Amino acid sequence: MTNVVEIQGVSKQFKGGTVALQDIDLQIEQGEFVSLIGPSGCGKSTLLRIIGDLIEPSRGTVAVNGKSARQARRDHDYGIVFQDAVLYNWRTVAKNVALPLELAGWPRERRQQRVEEMLDLVELRGFGDHHPWQLSGGMQQRVSIARALSFEPALLLMDEPFGALDEMTRERLNAELLQIWEASGATIVFVTHSIAEAVFLSTRVVVMSPRPGRVSKVIPIELAQPRTAETREDPRFFELATEVREALHFGGQVEVIA
Amino acid sequence: MTVAVGRRVADWAPAAVVLVAFFGLWEGIVKGFHIQRFLLPAPDAIWHAFRSNQPALWHEGWFTFQEALGGFAIGCGVAIVFAIVVARWEGLGSALMPYTIAANAIPIIAFAPITNAWFNPLNKTSKMVIAAVLCFFPVFVNVVRGLRSVKPEQLELMRSYAVGELTVFRLVRVPTALPFFFTALRVASVLAMIGAIVGEYYGGSLDSLGANIEQDASLFQFEKAWAEIAIACIFGIGFYLAVALVERFATRWQPRMDTAGTS
Amino acid sequence: MVRAAGVGQGARRAGLLLLVLAVLWGAWEGFRALGVHYHWQHPFPVDSTSMPHIHDMLRALFEHPNAASPLLIVTLLKAAAFTAKEAALGFAMGTVGGFVIGAALAHSRMLQRGFLPYVVASQTVPILAIAPMVVIWFGSQHVTAWVSVAVIASYLTFFPVAIATLRGLHAADHRALELMRSYAAGTWTVLWKLRFPTALPYLFSALKISATASIVGAIIGESPSSIQGGLGGAILNFAQYYTFQPQNLWATNLIAALLGIAFFLVVVLAEKIVVRAAPENVA
Repeated sequence: MTNVVEIQGVSKQFKGGTVALQDIDLQIEQGEFVSLIGPSGCGKSTLLRIIGDLIEPSRGTVAVNGKSARQARRDHDYGIVFQDAVLYNWRTVAKNVALPLELAGWPRERRQQRVEEMLDLVELRGFGDHHPWQLSGGMQQRVSIARALSFEPALLLMDEPFGALDEMTRERLNAELLQIWEASGATIVFVTHSIAEAVFLSTRVVVMSPRPGRVSKVIPIELAQPRTAETREDPRFFELATEVREALHFGGQVEVIA
Repeated sequence: MTVAVGRRVADWAPAAVVLVAFFGLWEGIVKGFHIQRFLLPAPDAIWHAFRSNQPALWHEGWFTFQEALGGFAIGCGVAIVFAIVVARWEGLGSALMPYTIAANAIPIIAFAPITNAWFNPLNKTSKMVIAAVLCFFPVFVNVVRGLRSVKPEQLELMRSYAVGELTVFRLVRVPTALPFFFTALRVASVLAMIGAIVGEYYGGSLDSLGANIEQDASLFQFEKAWAEIAIACIFGIGFYLAVALVERFATRWQPRMDTAGTS
Repeated sequence: MVRAAGVGQGARRAGLLLLVLAVLWGAWEGFRALGVHYHWQHPFPVDSTSMPHIHDMLRALFEHPNAASPLLIVTLLKAAAFTAKEAALGFAMGTVGGFVIGAALAHSRMLQRGFLPYVVASQTVPILAIAPMVVIWFGSQHVTAWVSVAVIASYLTFFPVAIATLRGLHAADHRALELMRSYAAGTWTVLWKLRFPTALPYLFSALKISATASIVGAIIGESPSSIQGGLGGAILNFAQYYTFQPQNLWATNLIAALLGIAFFLVVVLAEKIVVRAAPENVA
C-alpha cells in the first residue's frame, strides 16, 4: 500500500526566526484518517499547508500521491477545507461547489451532475440555488466540504473545519464526515484542537508540541468502525482520550525542563 | 449609504411630509414677511420661471450633464486602471498612498481657469477634465481598498486550485471590490456634476448651466437662476439615483441587512 | 536601537518624498519638452503658455507681478491667510452643524427618514451658484463679506461630518451597549462614554475630507463676491492675465494646493493627538 503522504525531515523556519516545525517525519497510508492535534504554535496548521504546497518547507521533502507536493497541487490531487468556509457570496451554493470544476474546464453537464452528487453526499440536496449567507454556519461548512470533494481527490486536508461551530453541531458533523469518508474513500488529514474530536474521527492521532514544532507522539486509535454515538461512551474511548491528553501535557513538560 | 428605493410607505412618508412642509414654509415666509424678490424668490415664482423657460433649461442642463458624464467616465476609468496597478504591486501602493491622499487635499477647482486656458472655454473638454480629476480620487482610493480586502484564506484556496493570477483577479478580487467601487461611484456622480457647473463658472459656453446661473444672478434674474439651480439638482440627483440603481442590480447577491445571515 | 530605526524610517520617507517630487518634475518637463519639440496639439497645444517651466513658476513667486505690487509670494501668502480664515470659520461651523444634524438623525429613526434624503440632495445643489445671493443677504444684515464666504464653506463642510456622525454613533457594538445597560447608564452617559469614542474614527475620516472642502468653498465663494483679499480673488485676477504671465496663475495654484494640504495635515495632527493612534490611511 503506497503512502498517500510521505514527509521526511521537514523543517520550517519563518522570517524573524520562529521555528514552526523541526524534523518532522510522517507517513500516511491510503484510506487513513489522521488528526494533528496540539497547542497553539505547535505547527499543525503549518504542516497541513506544507502538505498542500501552500507553504514551502525550509528543509526536507514532501511527497503526495507519489509526486512532489507542487505537482500534486497542480494535478488537483487534494481538496482543502478551512475553518472559515470561504464561500463566495456572489455565487449560489451550486456555483460555489462547481468552482474547482469550472477552473478545470469541465463541461457544464458534467459539472452539474457532479455538483448534484456532492450536495447529496453532504445532505444539502435542494439548497443549490441558495446563497451562502442564507445558510447556517454548519451548512456552509458542508458546502465547503462538498466543494473540496468535487474532484474526488485522493486526499482531503482540513484545518479545524468545525472550530467555529457549537458542540452539538460539531458532533453531528463529525458523524457526517465519517460517512462521507467512508463513501468517498479519501484519505483525510485533519487539524483540530479538540481531543474528543480527534479520538472519535481518527485512525491515528498525531500529537504535536510547540517551540519548536515537532511530533511528540503518534497514537493509533483502534476503536471499531463505523463509529457512532455509542463509541463516545465506550470505556476504550475514554482511555484513548486520556492517552492523548497525557501526551499533550507531556509535550508541554518537556519544554519546561529544556 | 444607499438611497432608500423605499419598500414601504412608512419609509417614504416622513420625507414627503418634510418636502411639503419645506415648500409651504418657504412660500409662507417669503409672502408673509414680504421678503424682497431679489433675496429669495417664492417657490411659485421659481416654478413659473421654470415652466416658461423649460426648453432652454433642459437644453442647458443636458449640455452640462454631458460634461459631467464625460468627466465621470474618464475619471473613473483612469482611476480603475491605476487602482489595479497599485493593488497589484503592494509596495508601490503603500508608498504612494500618502501622496494620493495629499493630492486629494488640493482644491482641484482652482485649476479651472487653467483648463480653460488649455482647452477652449466654450469647449466641453475643459470642464470634463475638472470633473474627471474630481472623480479620480474617491474611485481610486476605494477600488484599491476593495481589491486589497480579499481574505488570505480566499487566496490560499485559489492557490490550492493552482490557477493563474488573472483568474484569481477575475473570480475573487473583482467581486470583492465591487461594493467599494460602487460606493465611490455614487460619490463621483455628484462630484462630476458640481465640478462641471463650477468649472463653467470660470468661463463657459452660454449653452451651459453654470455660465447661465452666473449671468442671471448678476442680472438679478433670481427666479431664473433658481430655476436653473433646480435643473442642476434634478440632473445631479438623477445621475446619483441611476448609479445607485446599477449598484443595486450588480450587487444583488449582497446579504441584505434585514436578512438573517450567519457567518 | 529603536531610535535609530525611527531616524532611518524618517530618512527613507524624506528620500521617497524627494523621489516623487523629482519624478513629477521630470514628467512635467519631459512632456513639455517633447510637446514643444513635436508641436503637439493634443490633448491641448503644448507651448510655453500652456505649460510654463516649473522653475519659472517658482521664480515668479519671488518677483513683482507688476511695478506697483510687492513680491508675488508676499501677496499670495497674505491671500492664503485671508482664505484660511474664511475656511477655518467655515470648517468650525460646518463641523458643529454637521455633528448636531448627524446626532439628531442618529437619535430618531423618524427624523432620519424625513431628512436624510434632503441632506444627501443638498450636496447636489451647486451652492456656489447661490453664493452671490448669500453674500448680498448677509451684507444687508451688516455682516462682513468674508463671514458670508465662511458660511458657503460651512455648507460644503457639514455633509461629510453629518453622515460620518450618523454612521459612527450607530457603530457601537451591541455587546458594548448591553454592558452599559447592565451598569444602568443613562442615555447621555452612553453617548459620551461609548457612542462618541466609537464614532471618532469615522469623524476624523470625514474631517479630512471636510478640511479640503472648506478650502474649496472659501476659494470659490470669494469669486462672485469679488472679494479681492483671498486666493479666489488672486486666481481670478491672474486668470485674466494668463496669456501674458501664465506662471503667476500656476504659482497661485501652487500656494492654494499647499494651503489645502496644510489644512489636511492639521486635521491629521489633531487626530494623532486626540485618538493617540495611527490615523487610518484611507480617505
